[in-house]
Amino acid sequence: MTIFNDIGQYLLMIKGMFTKPENHKMYWKEFIHQCTEIGFGSLGIVAIISVFIGAVSTIQTAYQLVSPLIPPSTIAQIVRDTVILEFAPTLVCIVLAGVAGSRIASELGNMRVSEQIDALEIMGVNTKTYLILPKIAAALLMIPLLVVIAMALGIWGGRLAGTMSGIISGNIYDKGLLEFFVPYNVIFALTKAYVFSFIISSVPAFYGYYVKGGALEIGRASTKAVVVSCILILFADYILSALLL
Amino acid sequence: MIEVKNIKKSFDGKVVIEDVSAVMKAGQCNLIIGSSGSGKTVLQKCIVGLFEPDYGEVLYSGQNFTEMKGEQKTEIRKEIGMLFQGSALFDSLNVEENIMFPLSMFTNDPHKKKLDRVNEVLARVNLPGVNKKYPAELSGGMKKRVALARAIVLNPKYLFCDEPNSGLDPQTSLVIDKLIKEITLEFNMTTVVNTHDMNSVMEIGDYILYMYKGKKEWEGSKKEIIFSKNQLLNEFIFASEFLQDAKDMRMLEETGKIPNHRNMDLMLDKDTPPIEDTSEGE
Repeated sequence: MTIFNDIGQYLLMIKGMFTKPENHKMYWKEFIHQCTEIGFGSLGIVAIISVFIGAVSTIQTAYQLVSPLIPPSTIAQIVRDTVILEFAPTLVCIVLAGVAGSRIASELGNMRVSEQIDALEIMGVNTKTYLILPKIAAALLMIPLLVVIAMALGIWGGRLAGTMSGIISGNIYDKGLLEFFVPYNVIFALTKAYVFSFIISSVPAFYGYYVKGGALEIGRASTKAVVVSCILILFADYILSALLL
Repeated sequence: MIEVKNIKKSFDGKVVIEDVSAVMKAGQCNLIIGSSGSGKTVLQKCIVGLFEPDYGEVLYSGQNFTEMKGEQKTEIRKEIGMLFQGSALFDSLNVEENIMFPLSMFTNDPHKKKLDRVNEVLARVNLPGVNKKYPAELSGGMKKRVALARAIVLNPKYLFCDEPNSGLDPQTSLVIDKLIKEITLEFNMTTVVNTHDMNSVMEIGDYILYMYKGKKEWEGSKKEIIFSKNQLLNEFIFASEFLQDAKDMRMLEETGKIPNHRNMDLMLDKDTPPIEDTSEGE
């Protein structure tokens, strides 16, 4: 029964976010702050992961393509499509669930436990609107941007690994990237990124906002938020792939 | 004025507050006292609207707060300031930003005017020059004073303090108590303080409500509390030997009698004639 209770409470939280802001300037300030935290705060790790994912994809694809009948440019096509379709949106979002998700859950959990949320309520601030909505809005803006950056860096990482190890020349890799390119794949990846962004921000916000207890419970809520977010991302990934591809 | 009528609150079937009524007047420090777990904090949270009571009403200046929805409730809340037990300062903001937060959220005043008001309330709580410090850099007493400054920055009509002296040394507690009392009188606020600190009770308590196991056990003034014959209240307030002796001395001064068998050797002169025992039948 707890799961239905949680789902109900989660939906009520989402509904409760949509009220008129008390002061637009303050909400805008909070939104920008969250964009900085979620976007720039995660840029480094996203860049590192993307470059290495692309590099490893190139090397492993080349390792498996042993037939002389398959042109080397196919490696670039495979790396491009895997990075765009799966690695950039899904893997990056799973990492972001850990980086940004745990930060959101622990920030809100700490605010709840130290009565900062109560203090805002007493002032007359709608805490769901002020604390959660800017986080979700910032995630919806910044995470797809991070995914686009991850796509570019992943493909570039693949080229770098290919040329450095002598598997494929730069020209052939570039030629392969342009062959059989399906623009819809990018749209599909961005659709996934938007859905995952909502999960990454709203699920940890839920676990953090409703935390009860002390420091130990904040840690537990943070861990639970990341685990549930990751499961939901993988589940949504399957559903979206089945529906849209 | 705040009126509390027949408030009842339970959690998971366990009754925490049962049929509590009280009238808290403006310009007074209204104290809710009781031992830990007696329901003081839950009652205060029901009054400010952080908990929805299962039954009963809370009236702010005659307006039924319990039945209000959305914006109506927000309007009343803008007239409420609250000092939390743990101060509840926003960790990511410095002192100036913490105090300025309600002003920025609810007024369209220019920055200069808001800053002047921040400095004014900081001076009022005797804490000038800490504008740029973060909560982590402040002592417990300073945090309480900053939280008090934030609570009064919008000139609220009602001030709530949840255990304002918890974790503070007696001297700092006295400073906070005096500050609460002065602010209450200066701005004619209706102040409601949760405490189990008897020094606070005697220092600032105009109206005292004693809670015991979720029920109102006793109410009265600080003069009446000393002479109360309520056994549970006496057990609570005179848990300290020193306070019991102080009470006995006061009784002796006023009535010439001591109402119990307590040993007063330490406090009485050796030459004082024997004291009449009046404890029988009490």
